[in-house]
Amino acid sequence: MTIKQLSVFVENKEGKLAQIMQILAKNGVDIRALSLADTTDYGILRMIVNDTDKAVAALQAEHCVVSVNEVLGVAVDDTPGGFAAAVQALSDNEVNLEYVYAFITPQKGYAYVVMRVTDNDTATKILQNAGVKVLSDEELHEMFR
Amino acid sequence: MEERRYYQKEIETMPVEELKKLQSEKLVKQVRHVYDNVPYYRALMEEKGVTPDDIRGIEDLHKLPFLTKADLRDAYPYGLLAKPLSECVRIQSTSGTTGRRVVAFYTQHDVDLWEDCCARAIVAAGGTNEDVCQVAYGYGLFTGGPGLNGGSHRVGCLTLPMSSGNTERQIQFMTDLSATILCCTPSYAAYIGETLKEKGMGPDDIPLKAGIFGAEPWTEEMRHNIEETLGIKAYDIYGLTETSGPGVSFECAEQTGMHINEDHFLAEIIDPDTGEVLPEGSKGELVFTALDKEAFPLLRYRTRDICVLTRKPCSCGRTHIKMSKPMGRSDDMMIIRGVNVFPSQIETVLLNEGYQPNYQIVVDRENNTDTFDVLVEMNPDQVIDTVRGVAALEKSLANAMKTMLGINPSVHLVAPKSITRSEGKAVRVIDKRKLV
Repeated sequence: MTIKQLSVFVENKEGKLAQIMQILAKNGVDIRALSLADTTDYGILRMIVNDTDKAVAALQAEHCVVSVNEVLGVAVDDTPGGFAAAVQALSDNEVNLEYVYAFITPQKGYAYVVMRVTDNDTATKILQNAGVKVLSDEELHEMFR
Repeated sequence: MEERRYYQKEIETMPVEELKKLQSEKLVKQVRHVYDNVPYYRALMEEKGVTPDDIRGIEDLHKLPFLTKADLRDAYPYGLLAKPLSECVRIQSTSGTTGRRVVAFYTQHDVDLWEDCCARAIVAAGGTNEDVCQVAYGYGLFTGGPGLNGGSHRVGCLTLPMSSGNTERQIQFMTDLSATILCCTPSYAAYIGETLKEKGMGPDDIPLKAGIFGAEPWTEEMRHNIEETLGIKAYDIYGLTETSGPGVSFECAEQTGMHINEDHFLAEIIDPDTGEVLPEGSKGELVFTALDKEAFPLLRYRTRDICVLTRKPCSCGRTHIKMSKPMGRSDDMMIIRGVNVFPSQIETVLLNEGYQPNYQIVVDRENNTDTFDVLVEMNPDQVIDTVRGVAALEKSLANAMKTMLGINPSVHLVAPKSITRSEGKAVRVIDKRKLV
């Protein structure tokens, strides 16, 4: 069970991020979750948006490098140790995390995290067995309605 | 002991008129030899309507067709060979690539004359049989190591065939065995100087007195820097594999240009666009004719190096014409860390690896070493969600370029359409090195 994520290559130049955001805004794309990995030369902007196809088309039309991949959207108990339990389960089963970032939703009681792992299916099973809720695309977008 | 100023005094100080007569005799013979033995060049001559009978002396040189690097590629590997392989004893090759590689053949006579040329350079730098000559040019197919090694033997120097690299060991041999002459690329000489400094050593801690540096462009500023850190006098040497290797020309103590070994290599300056021969003192493309090489005797070979020739009398007593340091190239070739690099090679790699040929080469010099960066525009559909993934793409491109070029660039993926374009064409090369 996965959700779709967009990755955009962002040059390390003034105004580049603003430009990307303007393209999304103009096309009515709503950002659900976002993280920016930075290096000295460039950044990688990762996003979960309400309409992936539309966002990709709009960004590509403006010559942005965009790729789409499947990541895990995970809801953990919004209590101390909630996230710890989830990553402990992955660690115990030797699943590596490439990156994670948290996001918020209008729903209370849960904290939400995007996880990039090498094998989505295995990681989903491990998390579910540990009692952690893994979101589908529909479930994620439903929360924002 | 009387100071030895020349390796072959009679030739090196020969009156110009006599020298020209010698060149004419050799040229007539050489044209006949090439015409009779190299079908490729004979076809070029026939195309131009020239026969060996038309060449009666150096005044007829302009009648001969030019040879270019493209001819060398077309004729690879044996097409320009003028002697049976059974009479050849050596192959050397350029540092370039499969696409641009030049393979040169030598008979023993050719090796001898090449080593003589290098010996002249060593003697001009003050070398005698009392010297210990440390050769830190690469050995192998590259001509630098073998050429200076042979020259050093001929002078009678105690030769240290170090090859390049392992700087700690270079310094140890230099100090332990009292090396007095260092032969290497100027950037490596500068690097040795930096390493000495880091070790807290100065010019007084090493026995060197002179250095013979070539195979890549260098500035007067770099010369002063090397002379200061190593406590030596630094001499320039020039050559190319196509004509034999280092030693085609070399500096004397006056250091106002490099004397061309004119008894072996006849030089001309031409207009690179029209091919017209220009008068002495004009700036243009340097063209060489090998006068008595047997196996790989190139006639009117266009070096693509831009320079000036002058025959002003020299205080050293040598009568041979002097060439300036090359001031640039008439094609797009760059020399990076001593290796010839053509932008077209980068383009080939990019197409092979599935990229568009939208790139920019940035060359600079930091701490006397060339930096070599290649910016490459990404494809819009590349998967790039992790930094590690982008780094892997860059690394794989850099490896492909290293295979093609022989040197390792630092590759940087950039966004599509982000490389500056002038009149729709990307600016391919930015060379920030200040060399002239």
